[in-house]
Amino acid sequence: MRRELLKFLFFAVLILAAPLVFSGGYLMNVLVFVGINTMLAVALNLLLGYAGQISLGHAGFFGIGAYLSGILTATYGWNAWLAMPLAALVVGTLAGLIGFPILKLKGHYLAMATLGLGIIIYIVFNETVDLTGGPSGLSGIPNLSIGSLVFDNDFKNYYLIWTFGLAVVLFCVNLAGSRVGRALRAVNDSEVAARVMGVNARILKVQVFALSAVISSLAGSLYAHTMTFVSPASFGFNFSVELLTMVVIGGLGSVYGSFLGAALLTLLPELLRGAQDYDIIIYGGLLMSMVMFMPGGLVRGLPELFRRVARRREGAGNA
Amino acid sequence: MKKLIAVCGVVCVGLLSATAVFAAGTIKIGGLFAVTGPAAFLGEPERNTAKMVVEEINKAGGVKGHKLELVVYDTSGDATKAVQLATKLIRDDHVAAIIGPSTTGESMAVIPVAEREKVPLISCSAGIKITEPVKKWVFKTAQNDTLAVGKIYEYLQRHKQSKVAILTVSDGFGASGREQLKAQARKYGITIVSDDTYGPKDTDMTAQLTRIRGSRAQAIICWGTNPGPAVIAKNARQLGLKMPLFMSHGVSSKKFIELAGDAAEGIKLPSGKVIVADLLPASDRQKGALTAFVKDYQKHYRAEGDHFGGHAWDAVMLLKNAIERGGDTRATIRDQLERTRGFAGIGGTFSYSAQDHAGLNNDAFVLVEVKKRHWSIVK
Amino acid sequence: MKGNSLPMKGREFLRKKRTPMQLEQILQYSFSGLSTGAIYALIGIGFSIIFNATGIINFAQGEFVMLGGMLTLFFLELLQLPLWAAVPCAVAVSALAGILFERLAIRPLRQPTPINLVIITIAGSILIRGLAMLLWGKDTHAIPPFSGDEPISIAGATILPQHIWILAITVLIIAVNKFFFYHTISGKAMRACSYNRRAASLVGIDVRRMVLLSFIISSVLGSLAGIIVAPLTMTAYDVGIMLGLKGFCAAIIGGMSSGMATVVGGLILGVLESLGAGLISSGYKDAIAFIILLLILFIRPQGLFGKAESERV
Repeated sequence: MRRELLKFLFFAVLILAAPLVFSGGYLMNVLVFVGINTMLAVALNLLLGYAGQISLGHAGFFGIGAYLSGILTATYGWNAWLAMPLAALVVGTLAGLIGFPILKLKGHYLAMATLGLGIIIYIVFNETVDLTGGPSGLSGIPNLSIGSLVFDNDFKNYYLIWTFGLAVVLFCVNLAGSRVGRALRAVNDSEVAARVMGVNARILKVQVFALSAVISSLAGSLYAHTMTFVSPASFGFNFSVELLTMVVIGGLGSVYGSFLGAALLTLLPELLRGAQDYDIIIYGGLLMSMVMFMPGGLVRGLPELFRRVARRREGAGNA
Repeated sequence: MKKLIAVCGVVCVGLLSATAVFAAGTIKIGGLFAVTGPAAFLGEPERNTAKMVVEEINKAGGVKGHKLELVVYDTSGDATKAVQLATKLIRDDHVAAIIGPSTTGESMAVIPVAEREKVPLISCSAGIKITEPVKKWVFKTAQNDTLAVGKIYEYLQRHKQSKVAILTVSDGFGASGREQLKAQARKYGITIVSDDTYGPKDTDMTAQLTRIRGSRAQAIICWGTNPGPAVIAKNARQLGLKMPLFMSHGVSSKKFIELAGDAAEGIKLPSGKVIVADLLPASDRQKGALTAFVKDYQKHYRAEGDHFGGHAWDAVMLLKNAIERGGDTRATIRDQLERTRGFAGIGGTFSYSAQDHAGLNNDAFVLVEVKKRHWSIVK
Repeated sequence: MKGNSLPMKGREFLRKKRTPMQLEQILQYSFSGLSTGAIYALIGIGFSIIFNATGIINFAQGEFVMLGGMLTLFFLELLQLPLWAAVPCAVAVSALAGILFERLAIRPLRQPTPINLVIITIAGSILIRGLAMLLWGKDTHAIPPFSGDEPISIAGATILPQHIWILAITVLIIAVNKFFFYHTISGKAMRACSYNRRAASLVGIDVRRMVLLSFIISSVLGSLAGIIVAPLTMTAYDVGIMLGLKGFCAAIIGGMSSGMATVVGGLILGVLESLGAGLISSGYKDAIAFIILLLILFIRPQGLFGKAESERV
């Protein structure tokens, strides 16, 4: 446990010091989104990596959080700090309710059902024009503020988002090491065996599903207040798939892996911008080769790569 | 005499050095276009046109001796990306002004950034919300949907048809059209007897049209962009619908006729003047700009310019004129943009003011009809 | 959607007495639904065949549908081939794409866990879509109908000759499919693989060849679906995403069977969409279809026709 804490502290220092290097420019803005995506990827990883349950509808929960916060503050003038927990509560309840029937499903049936759920949510965003503004989106969402401190630029938003981000990371690292985390992994290995050992697999799965949805909703609220604008297109099927990709590319069952995956997939389009129209091909090709050559994800693949390079260096040195 | 030569010399040197100073710096303009993704039909011609116009301006000596430099990013129609890239244009590229984005959703997302950073933004999307209420730094070149709706309703009113069915696509373009179709109806004494939508990727709209057939509608107005409306035209022909079919300016390009084939015959739609540039009378103020645009586009890309590209043409030219009148700082560009009067562009004749950042009136559109696979103007 | 001027909403519709006009309407909805449903069914069968042979949900299935349409257009317009020649060429190239996909992406995978396979097929679909965009541009293209577009009237509802083509080709494909799986050695071997791959390889079936074969058949089915539907719906580099999802839906309703159940699944989905759009709300029609799908899954987690499986520990 001490080791985990040290690891986290190292990570936190790295994150908090990053603006010293990148401050001012546009990269700051991208790093804000890395923060949001990290929260989302960590949340999905709880479900996928630890409990072994796939979800292709997480963009929906992210969206409900964003829209509830947006509507309550922009249309009804609520305090943003009140809207955020309320949105999380609503999403958590919804996920809890839908979790019971949906998590009875397995494998590709679960994938299909969560995908359907995501699409239904997306259609509701599009069609309830009076509430959400429909496809043209909802604008005029206020920035978050504490007293006279308004989070209205990238620098401030970076620290705001990453405060939440680091909290989520710490929480999940703790959870993974706890009794609950072990029970989850048991469910992942064999549900029946876990049940025999006295784990209430069904309740546990629903709880993780709801927890994962709550974190996603939180990320959604933060997204709404940083962007000050939301539209349905950001919460479609594609984004659900992108989240899934972040988790897998990063490494299943590793919190820091999710961060790596989120960082890579958020920064990659920036790096590929020079390639113009070819970027989509490079992106697809890169994803493919990652799965092929680093099947365990970045978090396992990178150290192995370093080790191999180091060994080759050594070999060269001896020769 | 000597004095005169000396004066001339001084003036010449002065002029030369002045131009030298000017030429030293280029003026950077940012472009945000949805070149890929679902709105690529907007973003691609916009990017192409913007590049082309900047090239032509530089070839002709630039603006007051400055060369223009266009920095274009692809937003792929995604609001999040649009915001990031707007920030990049402002912070990293230090552009004097931004053209775009292509869609209303993206524009609404970028507006807070432009306002906060005090950078002039000329949006190429049509949504009425972009400039109503007026935002200090935000202008737009795409015609309001209100104008397009007005053209159709005027025609219906003249032909004593008061019951219409509307069929709109469920994306930003369709939603904005649907809103305006509903809002304007009463003014023209029109009732909407059927209100349906379809998805942007839907492949069969006979269900909606069958329902419309069962209603008392005298005309159908469809609001969407390719390929949906072409499918609808084909479906309407399949069902043998007799009532006249109206489309939006979203399909006012040759592509629509090509996709819908025979089913396009007799369809009417409001359109910017660019597709009927050669049919316009010489007295039309826009004729010069229109023919130049069509010719240049043909030369650069061997394709027909459409009015989406026209939005970018107008935006670059408005910027150029503003910089010529004032300077190249963000604040003076903004002030000079607002002082634009009677600029005859592709989308119409622009006159901005402190109360109006959309700048067009209802002569921006003409009603056209497809006859024998060509456009003709409806009188 | 709340204008009270609307002539007919779901509940009102049910309360009112049916007139011949409304029956005609329902007939029209059903016809439209059946022809879209047939396409979903073909794509769904493609999903099921690969799933049964390999356990992979091939998210790139929709891209073969796109390839069918775009390749036909390519052979028609650029190489000026007649339709009867363009279609087989398009199918052949799609099959080649299927082979390449299996050889280059699926087979070399070091850890073929289900989730890695999902990601690799998604990455593959992004790649194929990107290549198509670069090769053929982003425009939508029309393809001429196989035999004219004069509407045919049946009991007050109208269809196009292309709809007959779609239904006929679908029936034909199902028949050939059935014959293949039940009366040929390869087909029987593939079925054996789907029951138990280890047992199949023990009795001497080359499982890897069967996997390749399943990719070939699915890409052929997908591209055929794309070809026959293109004259109605037009085609572009990005049509595969939505059609692929709908096909996946059809396969799930059919319990991932590669036979009639998936066909019925596709038809149910198509008709539900069409009726939903016509009778209830066009904006929510996809949502209606997905809600029904969810209900089906909640009540019968093995699909509408599947048998419950016991889980191994």
